[in-house]
Amino acid sequence: MLLHDTSLIFGRYVRQTLRSRFQILFGILMPLLYLLFFGPLLTGLPLGSTGDSWQVLVPGLLLQLSLFGASFAGFSIIIEKSTGVVERMRVTPVSRLALLLGRVLRDTLLFTFQAVLLVLAALVMGLRAPLPGVLIGFAFVGLLTVSLASLSYALAMKVRTPQEFGPVVNSLTMPSMLLSGLMLPMTLGPVWLDVLSHFTPFRYLVDAVRDAYTGRYATAHMLYGVLVALAFALLAVTAGTRVFRRAGA
Amino acid sequence: MPIISASGLARTFTARTGPVHAVRSVDLTVMPGEIVGLLGPNGAGKTTTLRMLTTLLAPTGGAATVAGCDLAADPAGVRGKCGYVAQSGGVDPQVTVREELVTQGRLYRLSKADAIARTAELAGQLGLGGLLDRRTAALSGGQRRRLDIAMGLTHRPAVLFLDEPTTGLDPGSREDLWALVRGLRDDFGTTVVLTTHYLDEADALADRLVVVDGGRVVAEGAPAALKTEHTGSPDASLHDTFLAITGRAPAAADTAPLAV
Ligand SMILES: Nc1ncnc2c1ncn2[C@@H]1O[C@H](COP(=O)(O)OP(=O)(O)O)[C@@H](O)[C@H]1O
Ligand SMILES: [Mg+2]
Repeated sequence: MLLHDTSLIFGRYVRQTLRSRFQILFGILMPLLYLLFFGPLLTGLPLGSTGDSWQVLVPGLLLQLSLFGASFAGFSIIIEKSTGVVERMRVTPVSRLALLLGRVLRDTLLFTFQAVLLVLAALVMGLRAPLPGVLIGFAFVGLLTVSLASLSYALAMKVRTPQEFGPVVNSLTMPSMLLSGLMLPMTLGPVWLDVLSHFTPFRYLVDAVRDAYTGRYATAHMLYGVLVALAFALLAVTAGTRVFRRAGA
Repeated sequence: MPIISASGLARTFTARTGPVHAVRSVDLTVMPGEIVGLLGPNGAGKTTTLRMLTTLLAPTGGAATVAGCDLAADPAGVRGKCGYVAQSGGVDPQVTVREELVTQGRLYRLSKADAIARTAELAGQLGLGGLLDRRTAALSGGQRRRLDIAMGLTHRPAVLFLDEPTTGLDPGSREDLWALVRGLRDDFGTTVVLTTHYLDEADALADRLVVVDGGRVVAEGAPAALKTEHTGSPDASLHDTFLAITGRAPAAADTAPLAV
């Protein structure tokens, strides 16, 4: 049942994405712009970590792409609340978890497509990284997208207008990005900043993906990365499903 | 055996400005095959009552059984047996009529073939036959409303809840819709609970009226009986009856925003 329901909801939203030329175009453009405008700034900088600058930069860009894309996933459901689509679905016997997962998996598919594009373009521009490491990186950022999109839908179900949603998301994503070391390794900064960044899940993910990109798979970073990514996903999906079960407004 | 029985159903919202007692206490008994009208001014608690009875909103007080299933203990059972058409409808403007109907059938766990067959059947029944490949945004008000109702009928529910089904429709479409609702009861024995703040609609369509005001049931009975009881004459207008019951005139046609 869960599988049936999830694939039904997933199919509906994949078709929604495919209908939107703008969403597809923007989806392709985003990762390329990131790389084109940001990459040249950092190549050749001594980043004080293992691997060349591409191996540090690309994991950060992937996480950033996920952070900003998935955090705003909930936007679409605010519109669907006003057209009554959400309640129409909630009144059917469809699984509440599927209502969330179907949407989140669509977002994850779109994101994975962007992530692959970004890595391919980075390869052209000079990235060299082992294939298993790159694949592990996709798994991490895919899981992060599941988590962030779930939380985004949960928030969007709670707010009444897009005007309430945007500022809240921005005020959460901006500090997360700055603290996570997505741009530059946190070890370059003062100790207090480095310590503070360990209070965000992103820090652990970015460290793990950077290890993967330099071919080091059995490290403490990797272990913490896996644990944090899984715990975060479990927490986020549980919170999201709860909101679909009992949506009040 | 009543098909709906609710006692003391209540819902309090917590708003920033404090608690909002949307529904204070609603007792409701509906027999199979009845068309019951919940009549009341804007803000009376009609929509909130329907949202509770359809499992969309957890009551903060009271209990109810719908189609043999307890609201609190077996919400999934209730969902399988009732249909709900919200005031705002519930279709995506960018999606075609066919896709919405087939997906809806599948959400109700019909097989793909059954969902396709049911879509054709409903399209015939509700006069949507030539419109299946249109986007829902391109439908007229009356067509949209018929689609909304078709969406609620996909799984042949025993009970259909309609929230303000004719608000915003022209007079011709309203009467078409009334005929359609009567047809559902006559041909399929469907129990219909609808809300309205239009007195002519309540008068023309409902076997029995439940007048709601301030989150409570303030009067109940067949339209003629209500008129006699509260004004002394079965020929009184429902407008005068309403005035006698609530002490104020019912709301005029409203332009209130749709419930979200
Ligand atoms: N989600 C909500 N949060 C706070 N107040 C609400 C909510 N939904 C409804 N209300 C309030 O509850 C009362 C009853 O609303 P409603 O059931 O929509 O009335 P009706 O459908 O009869 O017009 C109104 O005062 C409305 O503002
Ligand atoms: Mg209402």
